[in-house]
Amino acid sequence: MTLVVADAAAVYTLRVADDCLVLSHRLAQWSSLAPTLEDDIALTNIALDLLGQARAMYARTAELDGTGRSEDDYVFLRDEREFVNCLLVEQENGDFAMTIVRQLLCSTFHLAQWQALERSTDEQVAAIAAKAVKESTYHRDHATDWTMRLGDGTDESHQRMETALATLCPYTTELFETDDVNRDVVARRIAPDPAILGLEWEAYIDKVLSAATLQRPEGTWTPTGGRRGLHTEPFGYMVAEMQHLHRSHPGQTW
Amino acid sequence: MSTDTQQPLWEVFIRSKRGLAHNHVGSLHAADAEMALRNARDVYTRRMEGVSIWVVPSSLITASSPDEKDSFFDPAADKAYRHPTFYSIPKEVQQL
Repeated sequence: MTLVVADAAAVYTLRVADDCLVLSHRLAQWSSLAPTLEDDIALTNIALDLLGQARAMYARTAELDGTGRSEDDYVFLRDEREFVNCLLVEQENGDFAMTIVRQLLCSTFHLAQWQALERSTDEQVAAIAAKAVKESTYHRDHATDWTMRLGDGTDESHQRMETALATLCPYTTELFETDDVNRDVVARRIAPDPAILGLEWEAYIDKVLSAATLQRPEGTWTPTGGRRGLHTEPFGYMVAEMQHLHRSHPGQTW
Repeated sequence: MSTDTQQPLWEVFIRSKRGLAHNHVGSLHAADAEMALRNARDVYTRRMEGVSIWVVPSSLITASSPDEKDSFFDPAADKAYRHPTFYSIPKEVQQL
């Protein structure tokens, strides 16, 4: 299936939808495997919130790109190179510290983005954002709480958090990049300027990490490409797992 | 030798709507009160069960003993006059 693009707004909403979907799927992979029953439920609750956000944004994308595709079409019938999520959300779960760091980095970004999108000139996007803000506020609280506990916890938990930050922080540069799509939707006040989101994001992340006796590693490696469909290796495996049932049994329901 | 690596146990009470009392709904494990509240939200209010949550360390609850069941509870069994069955209750009073 080729990507039909009528409008930069459709590309933008697809990016947001794909970010939510892929992170949701990663969190769902914790189901029955989390360290405690309580967090097993917490992570899957968050996954379901994100899936709801993704569905709403796919529905809006289908209107904007004029293809009228269903949510299933976007999720199950595109190939890896057609997904435009950022690289951060597709990174593997790793240990619990890795997942919590990814949650902190992603949910802080998501919350800032949804708060800005509440003022979007696209009224449907603004309505979706108004609901998503409450959910993302809880996601960020959850990640913040665990970051404090693990960062300022035992030697081992601190060490694991440092490893997770070193692994994942390089992928955050991509969140705040600007390209032609951003310039278009920012000019039409459909979406916020990534650079401004970046400042908000940095201020919050650095405040939390400092309280957790951690710091954001300085690095020069800044991988990118997700918005153009160029993904990291683990993503292909994730997409294969996510799509195989639907592709083997098209239209299967339960 | 095995040691219990689980975090402390908490009892969870949820008020389903304004005006009603908090009811015991179950228990969970958490390192402290803040985590217990958060876990209670995730485990027990996923289907809009509540508007307010209390958590209490299970160790702080003093329970009656099953051995005392007879002396505690049986004496009330034959005192029907303690039930307010002789009053008619206005229809407007619902949660009595």
